[in-house]
Amino acid sequence: MGKQLLVNSDAKQSKGTDAEWIHWERFNVLVIVGIFFVFVILLTNWAKRGKELRMREIAGIQAMGKAIEQASREGKPVVYVPGVFDVDNIQTIASMAILVHVAKKAAENNVRLIVPLNRAFLIPLAEESVKKGMDEAGKLDAYDPDNIRYLSDDQFAYAAAVDGIMLREEPAASFYLGGFGAEALILAEIGHSVGAVQIAGTAETQQLPFIVATCDHTLIGEEFYAASAYISKDSKLLGTLKAADIVKATIIVLLGVGSILEFFGIPTISGWFLVR
Amino acid sequence: MRREIPIAITFIFGIFMILQYFVQHPVVSFLASRFQRWAIIVLSFAYVLGVSNILRVNGSKILRREKDWGYKLVLVLALLATLVIGLVQGLSKGTFFIDRIYMKMYMPMMATMYASLAFFIASAAFRSFRIRTWQTGFLAVTALIVMVGRIPLVYNFVWTRYPDLVEWIMNVPNVVAYRAILIGAALGAIATGLRVIFGIERSYLGGE
Repeated sequence: MGKQLLVNSDAKQSKGTDAEWIHWERFNVLVIVGIFFVFVILLTNWAKRGKELRMREIAGIQAMGKAIEQASREGKPVVYVPGVFDVDNIQTIASMAILVHVAKKAAENNVRLIVPLNRAFLIPLAEESVKKGMDEAGKLDAYDPDNIRYLSDDQFAYAAAVDGIMLREEPAASFYLGGFGAEALILAEIGHSVGAVQIAGTAETQQLPFIVATCDHTLIGEEFYAASAYISKDSKLLGTLKAADIVKATIIVLLGVGSILEFFGIPTISGWFLVR
Repeated sequence: MRREIPIAITFIFGIFMILQYFVQHPVVSFLASRFQRWAIIVLSFAYVLGVSNILRVNGSKILRREKDWGYKLVLVLALLATLVIGLVQGLSKGTFFIDRIYMKMYMPMMATMYASLAFFIASAAFRSFRIRTWQTGFLAVTALIVMVGRIPLVYNFVWTRYPDLVEWIMNVPNVVAYRAILIGAALGAIATGLRVIFGIERSYLGGE
């Protein structure tokens, strides 16, 4: 009898393990990603058919072009810092996409673009991004590989080296776009001391207050991710932005309704957001 | 093909890494951890790129005796010396590499840079709290309330419930703004991830 129970228990456990391939407690995340994905496809196709997608103005992105033009007038270089994270961080990928547009604008205005790097793996990515931008501007001959400099993997050694570059080169503008840690404040304060126009963007919530305090313009969180699509005006990229806006609006409505229901002791909607 | 192959690799591995978050089969978990190890191995090869970049960028300037070439010479010599000593002696405790280069040179220099943050925070705070608009005024007053709330003299002798006010500021308005930014950033990250995985965003791959 005992042996039979043991066998049944093992069989049940085995069956249970085989049956639960899916993390059902993460199903809500799957649903949100699925909805997001559907919206991305719908809006991308919509944009491809020529429908206009209106985007709100983002001051920080518009200021980037003006800062490069100012650098051109002053005959000074521009420094582009793509954060301190490796290529496996989505912020770094987003930063590389923005770098293409910054390089294009810099080439159009005959401005030297210096890209100090914190990760060696970023060297080919940064080189390709800068080359592509300059090629799009029709000035591939302006590309100088010496301006894409790997400095150090260590965040503070990197900060010291970037500070040195800024103090020596005295750039007219500094862009800090990517994932940052404690070194963000050191970089931005030195940039301020040399009188550079400073534009920063990151999704690191811990560093945002420092960046807001020290830089002239800040791309906060989602604005930073939207920058590449916003600058390029590519219909497919804008479609993904619009999809994110719709999902965000849905979440805001659900949060509002959920808060009211929670106030009356009904935890239905708040339970949907629980992730294990 | 120069772009199609990287996009195809990104798509296959990207979709797999999304799925592994939702699937708990041991084979999927095993493959996911194996792919992450591959990524670490591939990333470690980048150090060769890094060293060659440092030598190329600085070496040419040293040879041409360009401005500040002396600093670049120090950098290159330090790089080569650290590399050679590390390779010869290894990384065990008691070696010249660990005891002298790492503990007595590298660590104090890193600590110095980190410590400089204290001064930068003060100068940044000074600029931020200058009251020019009603928003900066609001920020300055809120910051003042929070900072005063950290002083024991105030909550011990002036108002014992003062810390509750500080806790409310930190836990309610502060967290509300923090979470709003976090949700927006998370959606932005998902959108960027989907753009990269499906090859919609491909500018970072360079030209055709």
